[in-house]
Amino acid sequence: MSSVRLLVGTRKGAFILTSDAARRKWSVDGPQFAGWEIYHLKGSPANPDRIYASQSSSWFGQVVHRSDDGGKSWETVGNDFSYEGVPGTHQWYDGTPHPWEFARVWHFEPALDDPDTVYAGVEDAALFRSTDGGASWKELTGLRCNGTGSQWQPGAGGMCTHTILLDPSDSQRMFVAISAAGVFRTDDGGRTWQPKTKGLSSNFMPDQAAEVGHCVHRIAQHPDRPATLFMQKHWDVMRSDDAGESWVEVSGDLPSDFGFPIAINSNEPDTVYVVPIESDSVHYPPEGKLRVYRSKTGGGEWEPLTDGLPQEHCYVNVLRDAMDVDHLDPCGVYFGTTGGQVYGSPDGGDHWTPIVTHLPSVLSIEVQDLA
Amino acid sequence: MNVRDVRSVRVVLPAHLRTLAGVHGEVAVQVEGDVTPRAVLDALESLYPTLCGTIRDRVTAQRRPFVRYFACEQDLSHDSPDALLPGAVAAGREPFIVLGAIAGG
Repeated sequence: MSSVRLLVGTRKGAFILTSDAARRKWSVDGPQFAGWEIYHLKGSPANPDRIYASQSSSWFGQVVHRSDDGGKSWETVGNDFSYEGVPGTHQWYDGTPHPWEFARVWHFEPALDDPDTVYAGVEDAALFRSTDGGASWKELTGLRCNGTGSQWQPGAGGMCTHTILLDPSDSQRMFVAISAAGVFRTDDGGRTWQPKTKGLSSNFMPDQAAEVGHCVHRIAQHPDRPATLFMQKHWDVMRSDDAGESWVEVSGDLPSDFGFPIAINSNEPDTVYVVPIESDSVHYPPEGKLRVYRSKTGGGEWEPLTDGLPQEHCYVNVLRDAMDVDHLDPCGVYFGTTGGQVYGSPDGGDHWTPIVTHLPSVLSIEVQDLA
Repeated sequence: MNVRDVRSVRVVLPAHLRTLAGVHGEVAVQVEGDVTPRAVLDALESLYPTLCGTIRDRVTAQRRPFVRYFACEQDLSHDSPDALLPGAVAAGREPFIVLGAIAGG
């Protein structure tokens, strides 16, 4: 019988939640790395017992851990994320040049076919790769040095490479998303990168349709339809059907098109989930009602999913990496909140139950399907 | 031949770094030559490589902003990393203390 494992990163440690395929009863293990911010954990698709964890602290910097037994034990690996060459400058909040400074790893993306190869999206925004299981890291300079880096700027959370999508149909193609720069694509394995932002518009920029500067919060791709991408931007939910060459808005009838995560049903490439947040000023759900919105039409038409979710006095947020899906049928959907709740739906979002309710603020959730 | 002294220096780490290094209580490091913050931390990181980057920035080797160095009831955080530590530290009578700046509410 298959089972599901959730890797949960929080402000004060990591938690591992496991269930059988029914996804009704869960065991909760943790905290691991107690007291540290765990920005992200992710397992290798090629070997689910290989997990990478980004441990970060304002006091003690970046630490990287690796597990080879599904998170039962951990080994500290390399944390030297040195930019190649002279890093140069990007824009600071006030528009002045600011030197590139490494702060933390936001996201790990293990390769699809090799547990020892893993990509790291970091702040200040850049992309690193390890081919030795995290022992050493080398920057893929073509991203930071693609000619637009001096125009990138931090969002409120910092200037970070937070999303890495590895195209399952083309081993040379990858997408990354950077706040606040935009979406970039490589077709040559990470050597060169191009902005893919045509169709995006951001009202906080003097040129609202500029090539870079957009605060993209998250992008998602379904493996069966890799040329279609969905995006939750600072404002606007967007869709591309040509691998990022152009984007169209699909916010439709959402109560707010501000939010952070976006996810796609593993069995239905046109079924998309977002969590609307009232605005960038308040960062909590409209009307104090925690609602996941689902579109079964690839955007445009959205329905609120509320069964089992608090519908009054709820003022939590759901961060960009804190939502994911499993690959069972029906698809399970999971998200964590800044209030420390992890909710799960074993039926594609129709019904939700809290899996655990009093964790530290949740930063990330990744789902692993286990045999 | 220039024979340099090797001193055993006591180091107190904050709880999170003790956990990371897998140690309990104080640690002792062997420092050759002048006993300075840089020499003590070089020896510490050599003995416990998992601490690399946690006390000093990986690139600049500067003390991380929220880390402090104390010894003999003095705050040495803003001294040169190459300044001599107090004799009591070099002699092993007092520890070199690494700690996280206080924060909370």
